[in-house]
Amino acid sequence: MTASLGNRRERIDALAARAGQVPDDGGGVSLTRSAFRRLRRDPVAILGAVIVVLFLLVAVFAPWLAPRDPLEQALLSEVRQGFIPGAREGFPLGVDQLGRDELSRLIYGSRQSLMIGVISTVLGAAAGMALGVLAGAFGGWVDTVVMRFVDIILSIPGLLMAISISVLLGQNQYALMIAIAVTQVPVFARLLRGSMLAQRDSDYAVAAKALGVKPSRIVLGHVLPNSLSPVIVQATLSLATAIIEAAALSYLGLGDPNIGRPEWGAMLSNAQAVLSFRPQLAIYPALCIIVVALGFTLLGESLREALDPKFRR
Amino acid sequence: MLRFIVRRLVQLVPILLGLSVLLFAWLRALPGGPAQAALGERATPEDIARYNEVFGLDQPVLVQYGKFVGRALQLDFGTSSRTGRAVTTEFLERFPGTVELTIFAMVFAIGVGIPLGYLAARKHGSWIDSTSVIGSLLGVAIPVFFLAYLLRLAFAVELGWLPGSGRQDVRIDATHISNFYVLDGLLTREWDAAWDALQHLVLPGIALGTIPLAIIVRITRASVLEVVNEDYVRTANAKGLAAKTVRQRHIIRNALLPVSTTIGLQTGLLLSGAVLTETVFAFGGVGSALADAIANRDYALLQGFILILAIVYVVANLLVDISYGLLDPRVRVR
Amino acid sequence: MHPRPRRVLAASAATLAALSMAACASSDRDESGGDSAESEGGGTFVFGGAGDPTMFDPAFATDGETFRVTRQIYEGLLTNEPGTADLAPALAESYEVSEDGLTYTFALREGVTFHDGTDFNADAVCFNFDRWYNFEGLAASPAASEYWQNNFGGFASTPDVPSLYAGCEAPDETTAVLTLTETTSKFPAVLALPSFAIQSPTALEQYAADELGGNGDALTYTEYGLEHPTGTGPFRFDSWDQGNGEVTIVKNDDYWGDAPGVDEIVFRSIPDGNTRRQELQAGSIDGYDLVAPADYQTLEDGGFQVLPRDPFNILYLGMNGGGIEGTSANPALQDIRVRQAIAHAIDRDTIVSSLLPEGAEAAIEFVPPAVDGWTEDVTTYDYDPARSQALLAEAGAAGTTLRFYYPTAVSRPYLPDPGAMYEVISKNLTDAGFTVEPVSLPWNPDYLDAVQAGAADVHLLGWTGDYNDAYNFIGTFFADAGGGKMKAEFGGWSAPEVFSALAAGDSEPDTEARGPLYEQANVAIMDFLPAVPISHAPNALVVAENVDGLIPSPLSAEDFSTVTVG
Repeated sequence: MTASLGNRRERIDALAARAGQVPDDGGGVSLTRSAFRRLRRDPVAILGAVIVVLFLLVAVFAPWLAPRDPLEQALLSEVRQGFIPGAREGFPLGVDQLGRDELSRLIYGSRQSLMIGVISTVLGAAAGMALGVLAGAFGGWVDTVVMRFVDIILSIPGLLMAISISVLLGQNQYALMIAIAVTQVPVFARLLRGSMLAQRDSDYAVAAKALGVKPSRIVLGHVLPNSLSPVIVQATLSLATAIIEAAALSYLGLGDPNIGRPEWGAMLSNAQAVLSFRPQLAIYPALCIIVVALGFTLLGESLREALDPKFRR
Repeated sequence: MLRFIVRRLVQLVPILLGLSVLLFAWLRALPGGPAQAALGERATPEDIARYNEVFGLDQPVLVQYGKFVGRALQLDFGTSSRTGRAVTTEFLERFPGTVELTIFAMVFAIGVGIPLGYLAARKHGSWIDSTSVIGSLLGVAIPVFFLAYLLRLAFAVELGWLPGSGRQDVRIDATHISNFYVLDGLLTREWDAAWDALQHLVLPGIALGTIPLAIIVRITRASVLEVVNEDYVRTANAKGLAAKTVRQRHIIRNALLPVSTTIGLQTGLLLSGAVLTETVFAFGGVGSALADAIANRDYALLQGFILILAIVYVVANLLVDISYGLLDPRVRVR
Repeated sequence: MHPRPRRVLAASAATLAALSMAACASSDRDESGGDSAESEGGGTFVFGGAGDPTMFDPAFATDGETFRVTRQIYEGLLTNEPGTADLAPALAESYEVSEDGLTYTFALREGVTFHDGTDFNADAVCFNFDRWYNFEGLAASPAASEYWQNNFGGFASTPDVPSLYAGCEAPDETTAVLTLTETTSKFPAVLALPSFAIQSPTALEQYAADELGGNGDALTYTEYGLEHPTGTGPFRFDSWDQGNGEVTIVKNDDYWGDAPGVDEIVFRSIPDGNTRRQELQAGSIDGYDLVAPADYQTLEDGGFQVLPRDPFNILYLGMNGGGIEGTSANPALQDIRVRQAIAHAIDRDTIVSSLLPEGAEAAIEFVPPAVDGWTEDVTTYDYDPARSQALLAEAGAAGTTLRFYYPTAVSRPYLPDPGAMYEVISKNLTDAGFTVEPVSLPWNPDYLDAVQAGAADVHLLGWTGDYNDAYNFIGTFFADAGGGKMKAEFGGWSAPEVFSALAAGDSEPDTEARGPLYEQANVAIMDFLPAVPISHAPNALVVAENVDGLIPSPLSAEDFSTVTVG
């Protein structure tokens, strides 16, 4: 297991080391600034950022943006088996199988995706970082135990792990978020551990320890801020994964039992029954998932490339 | 070399142990407990007491755990609450299908991914390059089940070029020995059965292999780009070696190292993807069995399958580690 | 130079292994058979069902997928006229009833043998009836022999539970005499049900057909039921590939009647409706059941034949009477005004037009219009949310919470899309002033077990008739289940007027006179309102262009022996 991530680890270690060697004036500022400058000129990064910002805006301002109540079965009486009304006045994208406005459902669906994505990633990152710091800081048997635990989580393939937890915690949104969060833990744990290990031997850390600065201050004041960049990169990428995994879990029937609530994965799954005469109902939510996941991925990859000195374009 | 292998094997033990504890605890922690899980909602307190007695659930937890591990070592992973058959039997019936599917997906991902990634790197900055990068990004962003559905709609339903579900056409009288349908067809010289089974692997295999394909393209491209700029390549070129030799002896060999390690990691992705792909294609493998178990609340089967699959995954990674050790002597020393 | 010899060794070892494997493996194919024949008649018919069968001993079965298979390999004394719910002769050519309605004398068909060569005769008939009546232990538990218990009642081993069955005599080879303990509307129609098919006594004994295993509700089945089901039908059982969900039955060459139109039928289990459709469109199957109404047009446009079944069913919203110990139902439901509020809240017409296929009708009572005993003189509850709110306010129950149970992972003839139906009705209820708390469970066994034990406040369920008699609907639902209460599914309502009206119809020996009595029962039921009737829905099968001879049955009891392919 350890060998297989060797390459990535080396890179992250190098990055962390680089960040640690910068004098303590807030942590890695000049690197971040130069990275930011590079990003501003990078069209891919801009595209990713625009998508992400748009997504955030739509999710936050959904009640004002959506033309109708996503649960209101407004045109149900016009729906027939084999026919669903299309775009018309007041319903820019038409309606779904129960006569609810599709555009409003898509807009509100972004809230679900955002919430699930953000919360599960934050939870996973927090737990993973805590574990990683523990392992890196104390070393020795603590390190072994923690990393073995992480390996065990990794030994159950992602979706299966999420399924097990959802089944355990019952069918509700919080179970979904926790399930996805757990699958994110290993990556963050390894990231932080690598960062910790690299910084333990840095000049600053050795000096601080010699001066009697408490280890917790070293960690909080120095290590964490310097690990920020790779964590942000990883968090962005993990968000993309979280959104897709949430869709997959909904497809398998493990999502929100309140089936009326709009959520892109569930909408996609339901649309398969009407694919032959109203494929739009599948294409719209699929596009949303793809575009948002892509946005986060583009942003994350650009950040990674901008912050990684080895990568020359 | 041997010491390296032994060391890796020893590292396996705590992982497997931890896994068994986790899954044991999981089944016990399920709402209603294992008795309720097996008997259903209508179970009376007497039914549950009787079940607990029969299955020794009223004994101390450690004893139960011990028996659980003991049974697992004898390859007894419980009984499906839906069909009443042994989980091991169900697994063995379905695993070969998933293996065939996974092999096809990997062959597809590697066979297309590595050349494509290499090409993208060598033609750095061209349209091939950008298309590959964009394509690989998209490949990871599209939900697998949606892609599977589209593939099926396009190639099986609309165009009718390939079969859209199952592992084999029932009208073909095929003899099954090992449950690896393609292999069985070849062994028994029933060529039409083998060909038919192979056709049934194409669409689900492509759907399943898309994410590994995307990842392999990206890593190959990145890795080749890195290697091409390395000193030893410049040295080789400066020495006047033919471009082809440079390519073969230096670039490809070294670029492939990181690629081969991700392939080990892909197994996990493939198992996850298999659950969704097999469901869409009604492919009788382990993945669709898992999806059915979820829908039917067959927790006993879920637990058994996940445990077996985790073991398989861990062993697969072990094999990859060992092969990596064979390829790269630096690793063995660590 | 190190690796070379090792590599060669490894390579030769591998080749040797491969060669030996190839030598050992041989084809099981029958050379004369070969691929599917293109001859006149014959060939294979592949049909897609919605799930796996449980096993093939119909005495222990309750699900449609199992019956679909067993209907082809077994026969009962009577059967249904294809395409109708009317009775027709099968293993019994004719029958006579005594004046008091207690003795049925059947004249049996001659020259019939079971698939294992055993002769079919009156002894075999009595062997089967006695076998069922003498079930004990697990075989007599509710999870095992449900159809016997629902129709005949108790067993020899349960003297406290009255049984319809008094005895069976075989005065000669071709005469079987069944005696009952009381007159009932169920006879002789119930003998056409697949659970009461006549099975080979030899095989039943040889393969220990009664020895069920397992515990409580997690039964394991017998060698007979899983591997050697033996009947007299036009097809005989060949194999069950559980891994791939395929059941194969082959033509019975010694069948007494008309030879089947195909040589072999394979039933494939394809739970997902979309997949079934795509399989048909791709040509991997020749037909399937439970077509989603949304697909009718698409399939017809594609040249397939959609075969509609008459709507011989009812979908209802059950309500809990709170009379079953151990369950906690919303007490507000015991106020008739609250129940009326629920009935007025449901927009049946929109449900029928938008969620159900063409030909569906809103239901005003619990029997379909085609059944004798249907009357339009019942109290009706029109869609009127304002009235619902008023009634709720009057009863002081505005905002009361209803635990609404609905099934997942299933499609029923009367309920093609449970999720959609739940969403529409739950919105109807919230608009009328109720609070809805959803509970969804997988259909079999979780959902059925839960609602039949009285766990829900309101729940969606339905029923396809077994035969053309109103009691099969309203009696099954609302008759006195013991102690003056209705069955647990409806929370043990106590409704004496309903009970007596139903009993009057059931015990009337003259079938013609039953109609008016059932009409009175329907009026009483719709006044008491133990549940709310919603709709009657047609449903359909679909087959490929080149398939002929499949006659859809309103009872979902299709006979596949008349099917031809190509």
